Amino acid sequence: MAEATADLECRGINKDFGTFRAVNDVSFAVPPGTFFSILGPSGCGKTTLLRMAAGFLEPTSGDLLIKGRSMLNVPPNKRPVSMVFQHLALFPMMDVAANIGFGLRRRGEPREDIARKVDAVLARVGLPDVGSRRIEQLSGGQKQRIAIARCMVLEPDVLLLDEPLGALDLKLREHMKVELKQLQSEFNTTFVYITHDQSEALVMSDQIAVMNHGVFEQVGGARELYYDPKTAFVAGFVGDSNRFSGTIESIRGGKLKARTPSGFAMTGTSAADGLSKGDSVDIFVRPEAVRLALSKPPVSKLANATAGTVDSILFNGANSRVLVRDEATKNEIDVAIPQTGEFAGLKRGDKVYIGWDADQTRCFAAGKS
Amino acid sequence: MTGDRSRLTMILLMAPLLIWLTALIFIPHAEMFLVSMREKVGVRQYEFGFANYATFFNEPLYWNTFVRTALMSVAATALTLVIGFPVAYYIAKMTRGRSKTILFLLCLIPFWVSELVRTYGWMILLRESGLFSGLLQYVGLASQPIEFLYNDAAIMVGLVYTSMLFMVVPLVTTLDSLDDSMIEAGYDLGGTGVSIWREIVIPHAMPGIVSGCIVVFMLSLGNYLTPILLGGKDSLWFTGLIYTQFITRFNWEQGAAFGFLLLALSSFIVWAGLKLSGQTLSRTMGR
Ligand SMILES: Nc1ncnc2c1ncn2[C@@H]1O[C@H](COP(=O)(O)OP(=O)(O)O)[C@@H](O)[C@H]1O
Ligand SMILES: [Mg+2]
Repeated sequence: MAEATADLECRGINKDFGTFRAVNDVSFAVPPGTFFSILGPSGCGKTTLLRMAAGFLEPTSGDLLIKGRSMLNVPPNKRPVSMVFQHLALFPMMDVAANIGFGLRRRGEPREDIARKVDAVLARVGLPDVGSRRIEQLSGGQKQRIAIARCMVLEPDVLLLDEPLGALDLKLREHMKVELKQLQSEFNTTFVYITHDQSEALVMSDQIAVMNHGVFEQVGGARELYYDPKTAFVAGFVGDSNRFSGTIESIRGGKLKARTPSGFAMTGTSAADGLSKGDSVDIFVRPEAVRLALSKPPVSKLANATAGTVDSILFNGANSRVLVRDEATKNEIDVAIPQTGEFAGLKRGDKVYIGWDADQTRCFAAGKS
Repeated sequence: MTGDRSRLTMILLMAPLLIWLTALIFIPHAEMFLVSMREKVGVRQYEFGFANYATFFNEPLYWNTFVRTALMSVAATALTLVIGFPVAYYIAKMTRGRSKTILFLLCLIPFWVSELVRTYGWMILLRESGLFSGLLQYVGLASQPIEFLYNDAAIMVGLVYTSMLFMVVPLVTTLDSLDDSMIEAGYDLGGTGVSIWREIVIPHAMPGIVSGCIVVFMLSLGNYLTPILLGGKDSLWFTGLIYTQFITRFNWEQGAAFGFLLLALSSFIVWAGLKLSGQTLSRTMGR
């Protein structure tokens, strides 16, 4: 992937708990200075993978390298990585400065150096005066920053973060997203960040790995995952989608025609190789890819055109949506409302015309995920 | 009006506690104190004075026994802590679910029989014709029966065994509340087993350590049966002296003075222990 040695590299990592395989043949490399996220639903094996990188679990098979050096059988206290725990794990029996100095003291650094480094890192995370405070006197966001400072003061090659924003309330979480990204570019350290929240991953990351059932489904940038998902799971998990099922009637090149159970013939693009006539497919269409119109002509030229009635309007400012009960597929279709004013008067029961392009209609072999 | 009502409720709620404190703690102690301050000057003739306390300080046997009891109790407490801590750590942190319950019950089992039976168990093991002695002879390590009973080590074994549960329970409770990720974070930041115990585990467990030590210390200091049975007639345990004064000599005045000295001693050592460990009574007992 990159010319320079990757900061963190996994080669065919497996992890079994008894007969259950929590992490299944995962390989990836994180180039230096990257904000790398692992995104997946709860229970997909993210924490297990991260704990293997930190050294708390040994892989059942496969190799794990940090800066090109194999970390197998290297204990956690000897690895050049630090971890920010899900609940931060700050030490309540020590004050903030002692928390941050813990790792430096273990390295046997002189007292003056420790004090100087602690002050420096506190200034960098924007909390210069909290050194003598007790942990329980800090707010949620401050604890977050102290937990990161406690790791960063050791100048690790890789910082591992296990859903550190999970415990914060929504507003603070939005704020911390931006802040984490800023901290990462400020320290210019490789972050490996795991989360089940796609918006966190999409906003902060340079690279995202989407994980499901212990497998990496796709690794790529946020845009790539959003606009060019390679598997049905990624299409369904990253961003919102309307989902249909169907059976392929004809396929040529990348273009295909699939019949939905209600009899609608959907024109779409195959997102993966190996689809053939008669296969069942899952079809994904993003809400913003659906064109909304009050009359027929604007949508009639689109590959998939139909009509329906407004079931409900989900007003959310610029992200408002309308749920349309479609006549052809009998599905409830989620459509983004264009903010042009044309649809300001839309109300329940109105008749609308909708359509979408074949390019925006992604078809995947059904049955997975 | 409402103020009076709530005051009345308050008094009624507090009444059982107050009655208990007054009837069982305050009155007997006040009575004992008064008794201890009576000097016998003739048959059924008493005067107010410190003679009983003076006797204590003038008779080396008495205060030697007093100091010895205190030191042995402190040693027994320390030994119980040293043995109990790893046990509690194992139960709290290394086991889960059923095995945790079973281990906990194993600590409790000795308390299903009376202290007398428990101590007698140790006598069966340790006496001259007992199991250990027999075993050593059988494997050829000893040529004649060995008496393990009636020495300080036997007393110590008995005290530690009797107290173990009271150390393990508060320790397990505090260690249980230590989040595993705290220990992992310690390792992750480069800590070793020793430094993590010193800086994270022990400071976290401090309230449990202190409350366990207080209870074990008081139990040891006030123990009568174990030192007498395992240490023999000359075990020189201070409660034994009190018993002798009360029951054998009918010298209630002297016995009461001894009792008061023991109370002062245990209060002082607990206070010193709290000061040394930087804990407060409310913090350790209020958990
Ligand atoms: N120590 C363990 N023993 C057995 N199963 C485990 C253990 N740790 C995790 N698992 C299982 O592995 C799967 C992945 O867990 P985890 O990595 O914690 O998921 P995530 O962090 O993505 O929510 C889960 O199904 C979980 O039950
Ligand atoms: Mg997790």
